[in-house]
Amino acid sequence: MTVLFEKTSGLTDEPTIYCPGCSHGIIQRLVAEVLDELGLMDSTIGVAAVGCSVLSYNYFNCDMLGAAHGRAPASATGIKRVHPGKMVFTYQGDGDLASIGTAEIIHAAVRGEKITAIFVNNAIYGMTGGQMAPTTLLGQKTSTSPDGRKAESAGMPIRMCEMLATLEGAAFVERVAVNTPAHIRSAKQAIRQAFKTQQAGQGFSIVEVLSSCPTNWKLTPVAAMQWVEDQMIPYYPLKNFRTPGEAR
Amino acid sequence: MAKVLMKGNEAIALAAIKAGCRYYFGYPITPQTELLEYMASELPKVGGVFVQAESEVAAINMVYGAAAAGGRVMTTTSSPGYALMQEGISYIAAAETPCVIVNISRGGPGLGNIQPAQSDYFQNTRGGGSGDYRLLIFAPASLQETVDLVQESFTLAQKYRMVVLISADGMLGQMMEPVDIKEVDSPEDEEKQWALTATEGKRPPRAIYSLYLDPVELEKANERLQANYEKVSKLEERYELLQMDDAQLVIVTYGSVSRIVKSAISLLAGEGIKVGLIRPISLWPFPKKAFEQIPDSAKGLLTVELSRGQMVDDVRIAAKGALPVHFYGRCGGMIPSPREIADEVKRILRGDKS
Ligand SMILES: Cc1ncc(C[n+]2csc(CCOP(=O)(O)OP(=O)(O)O)c2C)c(N)n1
Ligand code: SF4
Repeated sequence: MTVLFEKTSGLTDEPTIYCPGCSHGIIQRLVAEVLDELGLMDSTIGVAAVGCSVLSYNYFNCDMLGAAHGRAPASATGIKRVHPGKMVFTYQGDGDLASIGTAEIIHAAVRGEKITAIFVNNAIYGMTGGQMAPTTLLGQKTSTSPDGRKAESAGMPIRMCEMLATLEGAAFVERVAVNTPAHIRSAKQAIRQAFKTQQAGQGFSIVEVLSSCPTNWKLTPVAAMQWVEDQMIPYYPLKNFRTPGEAR
Repeated sequence: MAKVLMKGNEAIALAAIKAGCRYYFGYPITPQTELLEYMASELPKVGGVFVQAESEVAAINMVYGAAAAGGRVMTTTSSPGYALMQEGISYIAAAETPCVIVNISRGGPGLGNIQPAQSDYFQNTRGGGSGDYRLLIFAPASLQETVDLVQESFTLAQKYRMVVLISADGMLGQMMEPVDIKEVDSPEDEEKQWALTATEGKRPPRAIYSLYLDPVELEKANERLQANYEKVSKLEERYELLQMDDAQLVIVTYGSVSRIVKSAISLLAGEGIKVGLIRPISLWPFPKKAFEQIPDSAKGLLTVELSRGQMVDDVRIAAKGALPVHFYGRCGGMIPSPREIADEVKRILRGDKS
């Protein structure tokens, strides 16, 4: 019998707690596949953030730390400074990275910290049950923006990649999506490049992945993928913002 | 090393480096800034890592990462900065990752001022982070005692896999005294069976975290922590006693202000008044054993602090209601004179004050 496809050895056999149609599972699989393919899994230490992916320290087949909400880039800094030769990554949601943890992610990038941040943007707080995130789209209804997000009171959704790309220390910055097979292929490519940037010691790297939350968006899994395409991508363009060695 | 005259903050930094501390994360705040500055210039010279964090919140979470990675790590701060570290400290305590913290406390509440004060006793001993956790806390009274305790703290932090806190104030941080700082053989090379070092394909992955969704598991985790704290509280009670024989009154005091209290005790001795002293060196575990040494001659206890009365709560618990517990304290950076304290003792002995 020939094996055509199997689960990457970068993930453990632990069943995940994600809802059906949630993109967290796809994204963490891509991260694990990339590390596995690059032969880096055994020399990697990951940092799980607080959010629906909080248990990811059980899913990734490498040493893992469970960080405080928003502080994963600071804890990853501590790890990387002790083990400069190891690969260190954070896996963070948008409430974690773009709200409570803005200072930590910005200054990790400012320092050019040689870590990779995987930033899962699903435009909502998933774990706490669907509250407005800084990334929630204008007009998007959540439990704390019941009439839809309004710019007058909540401001406009935050574009983290555009902001981080202004920092010299941010060597690799790219936004991707995982709502179609083609997008998944490009996403994997970006994640691979981000880790290679870290491996080459070129600075801070981040991949923002537009992700689905069918449960809190109150959509079917299929409709959620379409919502990423129709609503999120127009506001959050899929694009490489920085690549090492390229003119800025 | 022979005795050298050093400023408190710099002596602490050098003591830490000589004890094998190689990772330091901190943020500027008076009156501990010289400590941060000393680390910035000296740690890289021994191959160590200094990072000026963007905040105390970031600093303590960097400490968490470095400690989990097996590094000998320290951070230092002062009161408002220590307040910001509380959440991180709770995570570090829960994860049983060893580190050393120094809080050179200043006057509060709020921004307060930069003068010496001991109004962080509650913050130090009760903590502000979530959950049932404890720190091993030492409150030295001289620079020599400070550097010795800083060095021992690294060993104890590893031994108990606990946060060890040095509680000092601006007086100790800023004063100059001769100190002899030892070169400590650091057991850095010891393989830590729990640290995150990457598997290198040689062992199963490790995870360090503080989340236990199952109440049964979380209670078990708490029981493990408590068993460790119980061991520490049995082994690490430390205190100094002075002139307890025939004492009419016993003063309980700690840290910088205990030096002034000692002068007051000498003043009183000159006047024929016998006053004893209990000086807690460990604030947690609070040295309850010291209170078993109180002589029958003592009519009461007087707690002296640079605060409006915080440690006095622990003194009341330790005294078990056997004796009246009086309190005298100045705060906001005001320092009592030996005379002031001696007069207070006389008032109490005359029965003017209960
Ligand atoms: C200090 C602190 N504040 C609040 C929380 C509660 N909390 C847990 S997860 C979360 C938001 C997670 O949202 P996000 O980062 O977008 O990740 P997702 O669940 O959507 O994957 C919040 C607010 C917490 N754990 N700690
Ligand atoms: S709540 Fe949303 S983000 Fe969380 S697991 Fe479910 S679908 Fe995914």
